[in-house]
Amino acid sequence: MKIHEYQAKKILRGFGIATPSGIPCFSADEAVEAARKLNGGSWVVKAQIHAGGRGKGGGVKVAKSLDEVKQFAGKILGMTLVTHQTGPQGQVVRRLLIERAADIGTELYAGLVVDRGSRSVCLMASSEGGMDIEEVATRTPEKIHKAFIDPLTGLAEQDAAGIARKIGIPEPAIAEAAALLQGLYQAFDDTDASLVEINPLILTADDHIVALDAKMSFDDNALFRHPEIAALRDLDEEDPAEIEASEHDLSYVSLDGNIGCLVNGAGLAMATMDIIKLYGGNPANFLDVGGGATAAKVAEAFKLMLRNPRLEAILVNIFGGIMKCDVIAEGVVAAAREVKLNVPLVVRLEGTNVDLGKRILAESALPIISATNMADAAEKAVRAAGSASTSVGGV
Amino acid sequence: MAILVNRNTRVMTQGITGKTGQFHTRLCRDYANGKNCFVAGVNPKKAGEVFEGIPVYATVREAKQATGATVSVIYVPPPFAAAAIDEAVDAELDLVVCITEGIPVRDMLRTCHKMRGRKTRLIGPNCPGIITPDEIKIGIMPGYIHEKGRIGVVSRSGTLTYEAVAQLMERGLGQSTCIGIGGDPVNGLKHLDVMKLFNDDDDTDAVLMVGEIGGSDEEDCARWVRDNMKKPVVGFIAGVTAPPGRRMGHAGAVISGGKGTAREKLAVMEECGIQVTRNPAEMGKLLKSALR
Repeated sequence: MKIHEYQAKKILRGFGIATPSGIPCFSADEAVEAARKLNGGSWVVKAQIHAGGRGKGGGVKVAKSLDEVKQFAGKILGMTLVTHQTGPQGQVVRRLLIERAADIGTELYAGLVVDRGSRSVCLMASSEGGMDIEEVATRTPEKIHKAFIDPLTGLAEQDAAGIARKIGIPEPAIAEAAALLQGLYQAFDDTDASLVEINPLILTADDHIVALDAKMSFDDNALFRHPEIAALRDLDEEDPAEIEASEHDLSYVSLDGNIGCLVNGAGLAMATMDIIKLYGGNPANFLDVGGGATAAKVAEAFKLMLRNPRLEAILVNIFGGIMKCDVIAEGVVAAAREVKLNVPLVVRLEGTNVDLGKRILAESALPIISATNMADAAEKAVRAAGSASTSVGGV
Repeated sequence: MAILVNRNTRVMTQGITGKTGQFHTRLCRDYANGKNCFVAGVNPKKAGEVFEGIPVYATVREAKQATGATVSVIYVPPPFAAAAIDEAVDAELDLVVCITEGIPVRDMLRTCHKMRGRKTRLIGPNCPGIITPDEIKIGIMPGYIHEKGRIGVVSRSGTLTYEAVAQLMERGLGQSTCIGIGGDPVNGLKHLDVMKLFNDDDDTDAVLMVGEIGGSDEEDCARWVRDNMKKPVVGFIAGVTAPPGRRMGHAGAVISGGKGTAREKLAVMEECGIQVTRNPAEMGKLLKSALR
């Protein structure tokens, strides 16, 4: 789960991390009021969306007067911000963060992620702050310094200080920098984070270390023990279809194709998307109904796919193990009756109770195109989607 | 001999009294030699009870002492599952198979570090388990789709593994052992560890390796195969069409920072002499063609 910058900064302040003073706002008037409260002569107006690259997209502006605060806030609120992380459709800005402008000396980078290979949390830091860190990693990998942290002992002070020296922090600021890096790790560990990224981390002219930006995301599997973090979820930042899917405990990702996929199991669901592409089609979604799906859950999955205006065919690919094919078949029939099925439906069933499942589909008298294996199913779905787009009305 | 488990393996079930534990313990007991293999259950609150003929003990250590079980399978809910693994490691079991999906990464990081230098191997979590066909099934895979044979299967997924097995069976190819190592980012045995075991197993002639986006385990395995493997290996990687930065069902199936793409994995595997297919309907066909 992702959160906004201002929320991340609030969490980090609780772990002793210095950040600029700031106030989140929802309107231009609130922004002016916030700037007035913060005092000072210049402020930064920052769009709050769950994506990076906001500055380049025009979502971060420095205001030199209260009039400018009002002007920038009015302009940024409601704008559709397109960055390299939002995709071409962009994201509408609904919240702002007003901060006192900081005195930026040097821009650095610090981040924490889970390193799968070493099964530990990796602290990454670089003297090249304020840039896309993936670009730094590609162009000048020697400028990224890493420390792998033993979860049983944590980040030791000397290791944190060592990293701080490597990224060019001067000796008088080493103790403060080491404490900040330790605080970042403590925050990561205590909140079950999956990412903490400070870009830029700044060294001020008077040798203090401040987190100018902050990005945090969290392990969904651990939210049960962090209700205060779960409460920070902003549904405006999420795809409506994916929100609905999560309410029905379905694993769903929207894609831009026209063939809906309903599959049991994540690996098989990805493979089904892949084979659709291989046969010349485009998947409309990833959808894993899971191992314990009921007929009702399958029906919800159908409704979800059918709400997509681009949908031109549906491919159901089920390998029944624990989940029985007859249960899926009943769900498919119930859903097709309940919602008006206006696109061709290709079904491939294999595994437990496959014959019973096939009989339920056949006896339903629904116009279902049945397939014998994955290749056959993909070929038929791609063909069906192709003809659906030329003959309006589908089946 | 197959790898890791066979008809003589003795297994305890941690979480035997829960709904999932009960359901799958029954199915495992009904498969092949399962009646003799599944000898104990563990639940600290229900020690002394008997689940359909299987005695329940308070701790893993007690279950091991009383029955000689050296393997455990875990169905404990996510908040308590890592502690269940820790208990099995402390009791010095040979193998732990953790089926549970949804364990926090932070818990698994700690558990994996505690396991360093210990004798216990871990399969999973978030996995279907392990099966040596016609001998023993430890996990949630449908047993009847398998048959004894000489092909090793290792995969990060559940149903995609069943699909692979079904394709092998269509071509008359049975399996020595099939292992689902799980879809989580931090797990126990990796492709590489399982590949080494298959390489040393006299009952395995070739290996089908099924991977997916995220991490670099498949690449690590491929490099080892290039330098050490004595048997044919073929592979498939799911997720060529997955968008970057999105989690595709499995907690570990995510392309992050441009790393862990299916394309990159497939390229490295091919460079290392592993025959790959981009068509998931042709895994069985490819393996058959690789057998000399």
